[in-house]
Amino acid sequence: MLKTFKLGGVHPAENKLSKNSPIERLPVPKRVSVPVGQHLGAPAKPLVAKGDMVKVGQLIAKGEGFISANVHSPVSGKVFKLDNVIDASGYRRQAIIIDVDGDEWIEGIDKSTDISKDIVLDQKAIINRINEMGVVGLGGATFPSHVKLMVPDGKKAEVLIINGVECEPYLTSDHRLMMERGEEILIGTKILMKGLGVNKAMIGIENNKPDAIEHMTALAKEYEGIEVYALKVKYPQGAEKQLIKALINREVPSGKLPIEVGAVVNNAGTAYAVYEAVQKNKPLIERVVTLTGKSVKKPSNFQVRIGTPVADLVEAAGGLPEDTGKVIGGGPMMGKALLSLDVPVVKGTSGILIMPDEESHRGEVANCIRCGKCITVCPMGLEPWLLEKVVMHEDFDRAEKERIMDCIECGSCHYTCPANRQLLDYLRLGKSTVGKIMRTRRK
Amino acid sequence: MNDVVLYAVLSLGAIGVASAIVLYFIATKFKVIEDPRIDEVEEALPSANCGGCGFAGCRAFAEATVKQGNEKHSLEGLNCPVGGNEVMAQVASILGLEVEEKDPLIAVVRCNGGIKNSPGKVSFEGATSCAFAHSLFTGEGGCPFGCLGLGDCVAACDFDAIHINPDRMIPEVNDKCVACGACVEACPRDIIELRPKGRKEKRIFVSCINKEKGSVARKNCTVACIGCSACFKVCEFDAITMKDNLAYIDPFKCKLCRKCVEVCPTNAIHEINFPPRKKKDGDTKKTGKTLAVKHPEKKKVVVVEKVDLSGSVKKEVKPVEKKVETKKPQSATEKDSGKEKEG
Amino acid sequence: MSLFTISGSPHVHSDTTTKKLMYSVIYAMIPAMLVSVYFFGMGAVRVILISVIASMLFEYLIQKYLIKGPATISDGSAIITGVLLAFNVPSNLPSVILVIGAFVAIAIGKMSFGGLGKNIFNPALVGRVFLLISFPVQMTSWPVPKPLFAKSLTDAITGPTPLGALKEELKKGDTVQQIMDNGVKFIENGKEVVYHIPSYMDSLLGDMGGSLGEISAIAILIGAVYMLLKKVITWEIPTAYIGTVIVFTGILWLVDPAHFVNPLFHLLTGGLLLGAFFMATDMVTSPMSSKGQLVFGLGAGILTVLIRVFGAYPEGVSFAILIMNAFVPLIDLGFKPKRFGEVVKK
Repeated sequence: MLKTFKLGGVHPAENKLSKNSPIERLPVPKRVSVPVGQHLGAPAKPLVAKGDMVKVGQLIAKGEGFISANVHSPVSGKVFKLDNVIDASGYRRQAIIIDVDGDEWIEGIDKSTDISKDIVLDQKAIINRINEMGVVGLGGATFPSHVKLMVPDGKKAEVLIINGVECEPYLTSDHRLMMERGEEILIGTKILMKGLGVNKAMIGIENNKPDAIEHMTALAKEYEGIEVYALKVKYPQGAEKQLIKALINREVPSGKLPIEVGAVVNNAGTAYAVYEAVQKNKPLIERVVTLTGKSVKKPSNFQVRIGTPVADLVEAAGGLPEDTGKVIGGGPMMGKALLSLDVPVVKGTSGILIMPDEESHRGEVANCIRCGKCITVCPMGLEPWLLEKVVMHEDFDRAEKERIMDCIECGSCHYTCPANRQLLDYLRLGKSTVGKIMRTRRK
Repeated sequence: MNDVVLYAVLSLGAIGVASAIVLYFIATKFKVIEDPRIDEVEEALPSANCGGCGFAGCRAFAEATVKQGNEKHSLEGLNCPVGGNEVMAQVASILGLEVEEKDPLIAVVRCNGGIKNSPGKVSFEGATSCAFAHSLFTGEGGCPFGCLGLGDCVAACDFDAIHINPDRMIPEVNDKCVACGACVEACPRDIIELRPKGRKEKRIFVSCINKEKGSVARKNCTVACIGCSACFKVCEFDAITMKDNLAYIDPFKCKLCRKCVEVCPTNAIHEINFPPRKKKDGDTKKTGKTLAVKHPEKKKVVVVEKVDLSGSVKKEVKPVEKKVETKKPQSATEKDSGKEKEG
Repeated sequence: MSLFTISGSPHVHSDTTTKKLMYSVIYAMIPAMLVSVYFFGMGAVRVILISVIASMLFEYLIQKYLIKGPATISDGSAIITGVLLAFNVPSNLPSVILVIGAFVAIAIGKMSFGGLGKNIFNPALVGRVFLLISFPVQMTSWPVPKPLFAKSLTDAITGPTPLGALKEELKKGDTVQQIMDNGVKFIENGKEVVYHIPSYMDSLLGDMGGSLGEISAIAILIGAVYMLLKKVITWEIPTAYIGTVIVFTGILWLVDPAHFVNPLFHLLTGGLLLGAFFMATDMVTSPMSSKGQLVFGLGAGILTVLIRVFGAYPEGVSFAILIMNAFVPLIDLGFKPKRFGEVVKK
């Protein structure tokens, strides 16, 4: 019996079109726009001005505050200007725009692909290095990784969980990364274990990637304390709380962090970034992005510099299909629809999904028939139909009582609703309003 | 007569009398002694219970006025925007006090984008809620400050005073507005402002709140304030201030000279209820724009119903030719036709 | 190229729609429909057709002229109401009464609340109970089933339902065993006719008096399995409902087998299976969480047995479900699904 989480879940068509395309390195673009707020938390503060020359790996914006992350230049060249560009958030945000000139790296970065296995740094140095190199969670939430390694007083980490689930349909970047950089991910895992002070790590991979499970299991034999687990295919297994439930059968209490149950979850991609940061001294300036879609000529996995416009990736995959109706940054269940192809790739961009027009529209909204399917599929045990209703009636106290803040916005309810109710739209609206109310109450 | 009927009538009557006596004693025993003036004040109020005064309904406002009148002997800070000066004078006379005359206010929509001046670059699908769309993206037209056209203000209005114009997809305020401020509160982008109605209802205001640089703002909207300061320079009364690439006209300083309207290169400054200007060439645009707001009743407007019990948002649109559906399809064709009309 | 669409996630949708769910229910009712036509002939065809057509017509008219909303007639819910109403009446019911029933079901039971999804009570049952109270004679004269290709065993045209006959005779003081052995005597057209309580096999197949849809247990079970496989209904309500009836009647039977009939009889006769699988499980009028559904089934089961055994009516399924419908909002409020990471209160 394969492990999985218990409550709810759906199984959308997987459509992993690009699972057999090896990771391809894209050439450095002519101009990059590097947003300063690519992570959860306060945006970084720019350290460069218009006209400055920068090199690859140079720190160009410094993280401000506890939850923030550094931003490094992904290219070498001249700072064209600091301006607001539309990013994946749908709004114009501050970004550093750099005109590329050559590919000159700052000193101290090991550009070779040799695998370096010995972990020389101690726990504190590891956390510092991860912080310096601007590593954030690459699964999509972009939570600064060093913060995760700092266990608060009174809590104890028992196990590190590496998320290789990739439960989003279409996306394959983690899958390919595990296939091609498995060794590095395992060393990264070891580093994270050391940074966290635990001697046990679990890698969870969904059963629709048998090749990755086999590959990682074989590799993990040489690493003490790391075990690979095959998981039943069920969305949203990649969600932190659901993955913890699936692997160690503990439920993170409402409103608490995973450390409450002694677990820390990191993405497989993050483990790779940690490896590069600690062993190669390389900041997070590149990431693997899946470019896929049913009409895309060549669904691919690209390794690109941060700040590359999405249009470059689309071009490399055979151009924008004629019937494009929607371009999504991320997967189809949780990704954000992009306003244009000028949006830059950021640290949290795990994929770009191009949807044909006929699939990119919503069905007509009908009356709720109280079928209860939204309750059945909700992985958090909420009642989306009720929350939708109370949010529509602006009864936010009731929404809070019905635990709207527990919603992880996985979209299972919206996906499954036979009446096409726009459940998640209203849940999001309710969450943001209730969040505001709670913040003002605390003051 | 049948005995049964008699007994029934008698016993029921007896129960009735007994209950009446009990109720009478309870009512006298637990009587709440209230200042009778509260009732009088409440009577004078418009009973709209809109909350525009900042209190939970007219009764609460009446209580507050009487309380404050007793304690401070003034009605300062208390105002019923719906009733206006007339009602406040009445309230004051009940309490034996006096109030200052206040300029009556009206809600003003400070965005003129809509589908005509800021045509969609993407199309939105989803919950018919400005607040949600605001959290999702800049808006179809690309302006992060502009009106989203989904009618949160319309749903908030209790007075049937604000409606989305289906040709432009931005709200228009008619003269039913009582300045209760519900729409101001509802707008996630703070586009609506309460401004004095002005002498003879004449008003001049900047119909834009975009703080972006002129070039960026202009890219998304043809009638954006680009922060060129032309109006600032031409104003003789210091009524215009410039901040964050945006002009603002202080309604209390504005003398309605209309010079700023003329100089604005993007027609972002609106004049309302002014007589048409003497003919000058190329002036048609402005009068046209003025007309649009001047005769709100003559315009056919969208009637957007509020959330009904099921929670589904119904929108009914008159005239029939243009249909705005629940999921707000705003298809490209619809927008294109809008553009054609304009061009 | 069209404009990019912007919407919140998720950007994919499952292919279940309201319409598909409704039509699955209709397909599930086909076996029972065929059985009714087999045993009651053209009468059954007439009742089903009139009921469905009248229901759809009333829904269409009300939607168009009173609610003035978008047409919802194609979603199939009116067809379900029509068929269920037909399933709950005898096959010789006059057409006028049937049309009145359809009107009450659709206009009062469903559309007056705002249409599909908003009604509190199961519309078909509202119509049925209205007819039962208003036209008790017509609603309880059950034609004796006459299989299409077989010769009828009795000359009687109408006869009682097994539950009705049993209840009448028990009132007279006979024991269950006597009734089972001797049958029930009643007078029709001046002649004395003996009505024999059908065997379990008969009631399994449907050879007994009763409403159109309730006679054949097998046909209903086939439909139920189809619906369970299609995930149109969940197991909770039928299980709790039937389980409760079996346990409750079982206890009574064990205590006094002479005066209480055994659970199997309760299970196979009357509308219990039809009610448990097709009417109690109506999504709109049943609780949404699985705990709530169990409670709903439990309540309906207890009420059904109470009415059948101790009440005035021989059959209690319709009333039991309607009464439980009224409790649904309360059940939804009280029985929340299990929340993830629930903090246990100390």
